[in-house]
Order: sequence, then C-alpha cells, then structure tokens
Amino acid sequence: MTETALLRHPRTAAIGAALVLLAAPPLLSSFLLTLLTQALVYGILAMSLDLLLGYTGLSSLGHAAYLALGAYSVGILTTRHGANFWVTLMVGVLAAAVAAAIFGLLALRATGVYFLMITLALGMVIWGLAHRWVSMTQGDNGLSGVPRPTGLPWSVAEGVPFYYLVLIAFALAFVVLRTVVRAPFGQTLVGIRESETRMRTLGYHVWLHKYIGFVIAGAVGGFAGVIWAYYNGFVSPADAELATSVEVLLMVALGGRGTLFGPAIGAGVIVMLKNLVSVYTHRWLLILGTVYIGTIVYAPDGIVGTLRSWLAARRRRPVGVAGVVVNPEGGGPHG
Amino acid sequence: MARKLLVIALIAGVLVGGMFGATDAQKGPIKVGFLAPMTGGGAQIGKDMTNGFQMWLDENGGKIAGRQVEVIIEDTQGQPQVALTKFRKLVENDKIHVATGILFAHIGYALAPKADEYKIPLIYPVAAADDLTQRKPSKWVFRTGWSSSQPSHPFGEYAAKTLKYKRIATIGIDYAFGWEVIGGFQKTFEENGGQIVQKLWAPLNTSDFAPYLSQLRRDVDAVFSMMVTISSLRFPKQYQDAGIKIPLIGAGTSFDEFVLPSLGDEALGGTSALIYSAALDNPVNKKFVVEYRKKFGKVPSYYSETCYTTARWINEAAKGIGGDVEDREKFLAALRKVELPDTPRGPVKLDTYGNPIQNVYIRKVEKKDGELWNTVIHTYPAVSQFWKYKPDEFLKQPVYDRNFPPCKHC
Repeated sequence: MTETALLRHPRTAAIGAALVLLAAPPLLSSFLLTLLTQALVYGILAMSLDLLLGYTGLSSLGHAAYLALGAYSVGILTTRHGANFWVTLMVGVLAAAVAAAIFGLLALRATGVYFLMITLALGMVIWGLAHRWVSMTQGDNGLSGVPRPTGLPWSVAEGVPFYYLVLIAFALAFVVLRTVVRAPFGQTLVGIRESETRMRTLGYHVWLHKYIGFVIAGAVGGFAGVIWAYYNGFVSPADAELATSVEVLLMVALGGRGTLFGPAIGAGVIVMLKNLVSVYTHRWLLILGTVYIGTIVYAPDGIVGTLRSWLAARRRRPVGVAGVVVNPEGGGPHG
Repeated sequence: MARKLLVIALIAGVLVGGMFGATDAQKGPIKVGFLAPMTGGGAQIGKDMTNGFQMWLDENGGKIAGRQVEVIIEDTQGQPQVALTKFRKLVENDKIHVATGILFAHIGYALAPKADEYKIPLIYPVAAADDLTQRKPSKWVFRTGWSSSQPSHPFGEYAAKTLKYKRIATIGIDYAFGWEVIGGFQKTFEENGGQIVQKLWAPLNTSDFAPYLSQLRRDVDAVFSMMVTISSLRFPKQYQDAGIKIPLIGAGTSFDEFVLPSLGDEALGGTSALIYSAALDNPVNKKFVVEYRKKFGKVPSYYSETCYTTARWINEAAKGIGGDVEDREKFLAALRKVELPDTPRGPVKLDTYGNPIQNVYIRKVEKKDGELWNTVIHTYPAVSQFWKYKPDEFLKQPVYDRNFPPCKHC
C-alpha cells in the first residue's frame, strides 16, 4: 500500500505529461509546435544516451554519430532512391546498431575517461566520413530537400500530423527503453554501474551486458536520427559534430541521469533556450551558462533527480493528521 | 534558490511571450527577416552583415517603397538546424515578406527548399556555394553576392595571361567553398596554358600552417592561397616567416577587408580577385566607405557591401510594384528583374539562374597612409557565374570539388 502511495505521484505526472503533449497542438503557435517537435526528437536521443550514462555509468562523447547515421540513411535513401518511411527507418536503425556493435567492441575495452576519449574519436570518424565522402554525403554542403515521410497511412506533410508522428516515435522509444531498464537486464546494468567487481563476482557477464546496452543505445540514437532528418528536411556534418554529442550529454545531466524521463525534459529545456530565448536576446548563452551552473550547484542530480529526492524526503516525514508515514525503503530502483 | 527562481521566471516569461508573439500583418510595415550568426564563430561577420543592411535603411528613413520597415534579426548560431528553426519562426510567427542574411553555404542549401515550400523570397548576399544558382536553383532563392568560382574564372586567365605564371601550387581550406574557389581558378588557369602542380588542403580553422608550408613546392611561379577567417589572419605571416619568397596570390577571402586591418606588411603584394574592394574609385563607393567608417569605425567588408546593396535591392523591387509586397509572386518577379547601375561595387543585375552579373576586380594589397588597401589593378566587366562558357555546357560538368578538376600535373 505504502509503495503505491509513493508511486502514484510520478504515474499521475506521467499521465498528465502525456495528456498535455497530446492536447498541445491547437494551443500552440506553429513555431512553438516546431520547437516542441524538436524537443521530442532530441528527447529520444537524450533518453538513449541515458541508458549508457545514467544506467550503465558510461559517459559517451560520440553519441551524435548514431544520430548522424540515422539521419544520413534518410538523407541518402530519400533524395537518391525515393525510399519511403519504413525503408529508411529500418536502414537507419540498422546502420546505427551495426556501427554501435563495431564501436562497442573498441570502446568497451576501456572505462572512465578512456572510454570517453575512444567514443569521442569514433564519433569523429563518422563526422569525417560525412565531411569527406562527398560523392555520398555532399560533404559540407549537406543533403538538402529531404521530403516529409511517405508510405504512412496518413499524410504528415503538415506540422500537426508530423508532430503526432514524432510523439508516437517518442512514446515508442520511451516504452522500449523503460522496458529495458526495468527488466532484469537493466537492473544488472545498474548493478554494474554501482560495482562492476561485485557483479562479476556474482557471476554476471559484465562485458556482454555493457555491450548489449551500448548497441541498444546506438540503435535508439539512430531512430532519433531518422526522425531528425525528416524533421529538418536537411542533413549535414553538423549533426555528427562533437558539439552535438556534448549537447546531448548536457541534456542528460541537466534533466537527471538515470531517470529516463529527465533527459527528455533536459532536451526540452535546452531546445527552448537555444531557439526561443535567442529570439529575445543575443545574450542567450549567458542564460544557458547560468542554467548549467545552477544545475551543478543546486541540483547535481538534474531536474528530475532533485525533484524526486525532494519529494521522497517530504513524504518520509509524517504528514498532517492522517499521518501517512511512507516506508523509506520504497521507491523505484533509482528513486 | 533565488537565482534558480529567477531563471525559472525568465524561462516562463519567455515561453508565455512566445505564445503571444504571433501577430498578423495586414498592410503594416514591410517585414524583413534577417538570418545571421550573432553568436559563435561567425558572429563578427554577422555584425558586418547586419550593419550594412541597417545602414542603407538608416540612410533612407527606415522605409522601403514608402512603407515602414521592420527588420527582425535572428541568430542562426552558425548551425543549419537552428537556422531552419528560426526561418520557420520568421515565416510562421512573424509573417515576414522577404528573408535575407545567411552566411554559410550549408545553411544556404538547408533553407532553399524551405523557401520554395513557404513561397517566401529568400536573398543570399553572402552564401556563395555554386550550385545554389547552378545545378540546384530554387525558384524563390537568388543571390546578390557572388558564386564561389565567379571571381576565380577571370583570375585564372589573368594569372596565366597577364601575370604570365606557368606553374602554381595551391593551398586551401578543405571544404566545399575552398574546393569551388580553387576549382574555378584551376580550370581557367590550365585552359590558358598554366599548370597546377600541387594542391594542399588544410582543415577548417587551421591556424598553424607549418606542416603544410614545409610540404609546399618551391619550384613554382606563385602560390595560390584560399583562406577564410582565422586562417586568413595567420597564413601570410607564417608564409613570410617560413622564408618563402614566391609571389602569393589568392582567393578574395584571403585578403578581404574583413581581415585586412588585422594584417601587417606580410600581406603586401597579395593579389586576389573579388567582386568588391573598399578601395574602388567611384563616387558611390567613396561615399559608402566614408559613411560606413563614420558609423562603425572600420572599413566596410564585402559582407557589408552586399548586405547594403540587398536592402537597396529590396527597395527597388518593392517600389516597382507600388509597395505591394503581399503579392509574393509579383514581388519575386520584381526582385529578379532589378538592375542597379551604381552600387558601391559597380553595376549589378541577375542572370536567369539568379546569380549577379557584375564586375570582378583583380586587387593587390598596398599601403596607403599607413593602412592596407586592396588597390584595383584590373577590372573584368560584367562577369557571369558561367564566365565565357555556355551555361548548359558548363552545367554538364560536375560541381567543383576536392578532386575536380583533377590535378593532372601534380
């Protein structure tokens, strides 16, 4: 009973968020709707990175590579071969998964800062390909004129239907990743994050768990890339840049790593800051910097992480006459 | 805590502001969307661009075709995805009538299909990528600047015929703009009997050229450098320090007015080709340079000139249709028909592909009153982006890139 009492709040919040996202389009100007669409796409990417950073404790600086692979799959297949949505989706996710499978073999030999450096280098390999394989990628000029998705049962040429498509993609990615982290597999990843040696002693195949987690994160990152290319109608090496990888990392840190939904919120905040605040002031970087510093100083666990522990602390205290004392042992795996 | 609250309040304020930011414009002011980098690597150039545009408006009472003008400047941060978002905002929220600005080529390519989709005239005063007005033209997009290889074509001929160079080595920045500038130069230089014997490429933002200079061949008549921004600032000095005495020629951006004030005597004698020089000896330009200096404390760069001319261009078109810019098809047709006989850079009109036909100036860096200037030593009048070639034949060849034209004499 006490356990459900604690869980009720986040669940209501999740349902509330879903309702707000469903009902949003008529209430927003088309510009805000595009920003929300963009935030959802980045949200998928940030959630996929959270599987590595938050749940497995691996900080990757090359996550933009998978975004770029998904995006370039769409760019090349649609502009050259007129491929429909399903083909590009399959190829994009597969390309990212294959790349992650190869990169994982190289990167997972190391941990900590060395892992960071290797993923950075591998990310730059993809950037280099995008930049220099001109016959395929048009190099620096990028691939323009990517159409809106075709082959779907309804037309998504307009902003609102496209928004719903992205919302479905976001929900799908969320459900998949949530299932992964809730499953024994995900719990093992958390165990590895907390103490790799202990998990090894217990008989877990640590490397294989990390490897599979790495590939899943890459594949979902590629999925985000597919949607990203359709959203922008344009693909360029900027998608594979180190700056993009860093930005995703900051989204996860800002939203709260290891919370899955937190990184999506982090993505929303950063997208709004970059695109909306910069409309009002050219000093938007100052505000962005303030938000980062504020997060580090006041909420090192990110927005959602801090909110959760704050709520949990409140509930632990006896509340009012009813005196519902919540079992301090309760809460989710990372509550 | 107080600071965090403030941040939250700020974001909330901005969000609410955004929601009610949408206004509709029925016969209000003419709205111009101006997309330029205001932060990041291109911010200084972005400043030159907005300064040029604003200066023309200020000189003309802030009016175009008798109607008030509202310029909405949006920061692209030099990133295509941000530029796309901001372009959407300008069109859907601000209901602009015409968009301009755009520094980088990839942003040019990213926005062009969107302009066709939105049916909004989009004018590029700077983005130079050849194919924007060659193999991938867009109905709603045209240029008031120049295409990358446009000044290179006459310059290649000039280097072979007038400067009598036989063998040249090139060193350029390794991206599409660099490939196109050098490709155009190589084509006409070799067609006039010259030989490109070496092509070196350095990554964008290279500031240390020592590894490249040590590879540079010394048995050539001249070295052609294709530099931009930070590389333009560093290259001539390092070239001199390496003890190389071979004449240095180069792309317009290697010696343009944006970098010239920061260069020293090492740049003297640097010969380049471009559609503009602040030293141009015509009354319109002389006045432009004096006024610009008075206002912004520096010599105008070609970025300022092209944006200044773009403002006048929009005015000219809007005047021709009685200020009725709401009729976009009519407005676009008028924009494409504009001919300006007396801009600071000289006469300008568009070809059918949407690129200006204009003079190309061969310029040499000289010192006058302690300052460096690009003295014009030769003028090629009314140069088209296709030079002396027939457009349809020219367009059969691929766009210039790293390996085209191939380096036959390397």
